[in-house]
Amino acid sequence: MNTVEDAMKPPAGGREVPLKVRLRRAERARTLGYLALIAPLAIFVLLIFVWPLISLLQRSVDNPEVSAALPRTVAALHGWSGHELPGEPAFAALAADLEALKGTSELASAAKRVNMELIGFRSLLLGAAREMPLAAGKPAKDAMIELDERWGELATWQVLARNRASVTPYYLLTALDFAIDDTGAVINAPAERTIYRAILVRTLWMSVIVTFWCLLLGFPVAYLLATQPPKVANLLMILVLLPFWTSVLVRVAAWIVLLQNEGPLNTAMVRLGLIDAPVQLVFNWIGVYIAMVHILLPFTVLPLYSVMKGISPTLMRAALSLGCPPFASFWKVYFPQTLPGIGAGGLLVFILSMGYYITPALLGSPKEQMASYFVAFYTNETINWGMAAALSTILLVATLALYVIYARYFGPAKVR
Amino acid sequence: MMQKNDGEVLVSFRNVQKTYDGETLIVKDLNLDVRRGEFLTLLGPSGSGKTTCLMLLAGFETPTSGQILMDGQLLNTIPPHRRNIGMVFQNYALFPHLTVRENLKFPLAVRKMPADEIDRRVARVLAMVQLEQLGGRYPQQLSGGQQQRIALARALVFDPKLVLMDEPLGALDKQLREHMQIEIKHIHESLGITVVFVTHDQSEALTMSDRVAVFNHGIIQQIDPAITLYEEPANAFVASFIGESNSLSGTVEQLNGEHCVVRLDSDARVTARAANLGGTGTRTVLSIRPERVLLGADASTCENRFSATLKEMIYLGDQIRARLDVAGTADVMAKTSVAHWDSRLQVGDRIDVGFPVANLRALEPM
Repeated sequence: MNTVEDAMKPPAGGREVPLKVRLRRAERARTLGYLALIAPLAIFVLLIFVWPLISLLQRSVDNPEVSAALPRTVAALHGWSGHELPGEPAFAALAADLEALKGTSELASAAKRVNMELIGFRSLLLGAAREMPLAAGKPAKDAMIELDERWGELATWQVLARNRASVTPYYLLTALDFAIDDTGAVINAPAERTIYRAILVRTLWMSVIVTFWCLLLGFPVAYLLATQPPKVANLLMILVLLPFWTSVLVRVAAWIVLLQNEGPLNTAMVRLGLIDAPVQLVFNWIGVYIAMVHILLPFTVLPLYSVMKGISPTLMRAALSLGCPPFASFWKVYFPQTLPGIGAGGLLVFILSMGYYITPALLGSPKEQMASYFVAFYTNETINWGMAAALSTILLVATLALYVIYARYFGPAKVR
Repeated sequence: MMQKNDGEVLVSFRNVQKTYDGETLIVKDLNLDVRRGEFLTLLGPSGSGKTTCLMLLAGFETPTSGQILMDGQLLNTIPPHRRNIGMVFQNYALFPHLTVRENLKFPLAVRKMPADEIDRRVARVLAMVQLEQLGGRYPQQLSGGQQQRIALARALVFDPKLVLMDEPLGALDKQLREHMQIEIKHIHESLGITVVFVTHDQSEALTMSDRVAVFNHGIIQQIDPAITLYEEPANAFVASFIGESNSLSGTVEQLNGEHCVVRLDSDARVTARAANLGGTGTRTVLSIRPERVLLGADASTCENRFSATLKEMIYLGDQIRARLDVAGTADVMAKTSVAHWDSRLQVGDRIDVGFPVANLRALEPM
């Protein structure tokens, strides 16, 4: 009659099944149900986000051109010391490769690729290809050097040898202003070719400034929202979210109209006698910062609001009753509890700023262009997927590094 | 800690009024003295003004008119953080980002006490609430009862002049609540502190308090020790709010000093003790506790004796509750011990019922 004991007994006649196994069986249907619920999104994300992302990142180290175009040369250069000119077989192999591919686009892309590292290589290679086949009876080495004496230089062969592998650090190094010298060592790029470190530093710095202003302006708004009665808070919330209802492009255009030299702001300030002549407010850093802060502000307000909403107002009262003056109470009791919101909002805005493209492109001068602008430049204008991918990779790594720092200091395990 | 010094007034409210919307007064003309060293409970239904009263005292609300004095000093203009009043909040309000020890250090650090003094005091209050081992924990790692004790310790650690408690036990389960009531009472007794305690739970108020102020509609209905409140309620509200009570309405016919004769609505006459009555001809509510109603042979010598019909019996183990129809009044409850009960009685039987004059109080109607 004891039903509890009956339930504890193993099934009659069967082998004894451990309780854990039975539990797992019982839970299996539910687990499968959960998996089915998330499967569509998971597959969607995998197909249109993770997979393209990985293949793009792959392009930052992808180096198929030389090995595809010059297979014999690549084979001949295998095991070459790199300290002296390669022997006759390498020259002969190159001549054979060139002859086979003469006039094809494969050769052209290989030439273009190597030309990135050694200026003038494109004309050298394509020029040599035009002269193929070499006159018979003469060693290929002498004939090639006769065609162009650069074939007798060590650097020419080293750059070929470096690119015989199907992966290259070239794009990533270039995106960080590094170069590879003739001996294969990594060195700082020559001063006239350094640009990317400055761009990365600028991108980071602009993102810091934008994040700072967003937090500074967003914090009081979020506090107000969290402390007002629901009726007022809802209205304020609509005002905060209003910018989301218009496209970024429209908002940027509106800022141009508002901030330009003949715009209402400058006109008003001149009329009021605050300034003598219109101040340049757009197509420089001022315009970029104003518009970026405006566009990104809701992204700080919302996480801050949700965190502040969870902070009990009696905590401030408790601090006051314990003798702590109002501002100190706020600082010691309220503020520390908003840190997760500050962390989340700041991180969100920072990451979004790091990838900002359209606002600086439309509202800034060349001095305000951020890393994404150059990603777009390489993909749209010079069709250099390697550089575009390398810059994207560095942005992604910087973002992930920030996220790790965030998780370390503001993550759920750290904040109570 | 402060010395118990009965009778001396620590805090007084003088003609205090409070309104939030400018239309209805939440607190109407409050005059209340809190004596040094006493445990005073403000008891009342929600919306009766008791919590507002506490907030006025803590300084989180300002009186619309009137004065609040503490130690003869006008409190109205002193901000909450300079009042030196400890407070225990309903949901504890422990700082979640600080450990228990840091929570307890908080009021002392604000007062810039030397570090060794702070450590000494924190150790002392932790020992007082018997949670010495939990100093390094965060509040959410503690149980509700433990959090409650830490909140209490935090409100006491800086030796405030007065400790306010705003329904501090409301979130605890019944058993723990009763345990904490005794514990708070003992702490109050051993430290001699002055406590103003707000609750809507009458048994809590009766258990813990030296005096209880019963609030309704922003007015103190009665302020007295528990026994007086229960046995001699000042009006019908207090009688019905504190404990269980039978109410019979009628009109005063004669008033002879302490006693009066009341004609019930069923024309029956009873003699009762008069409390705060207007005069002859005024309406009154007669109140008697169920355990004071006499049944059967016990009622034979009683001046106010009626024949009643037994409508229902409820067996409660140690006692029996009977629902009766008495002299045209339905649902009069009587409570008697099982030993006293005549087991032959059946529902529908006639039974003698007596209302002793000493326990039947004629009160001002609500």
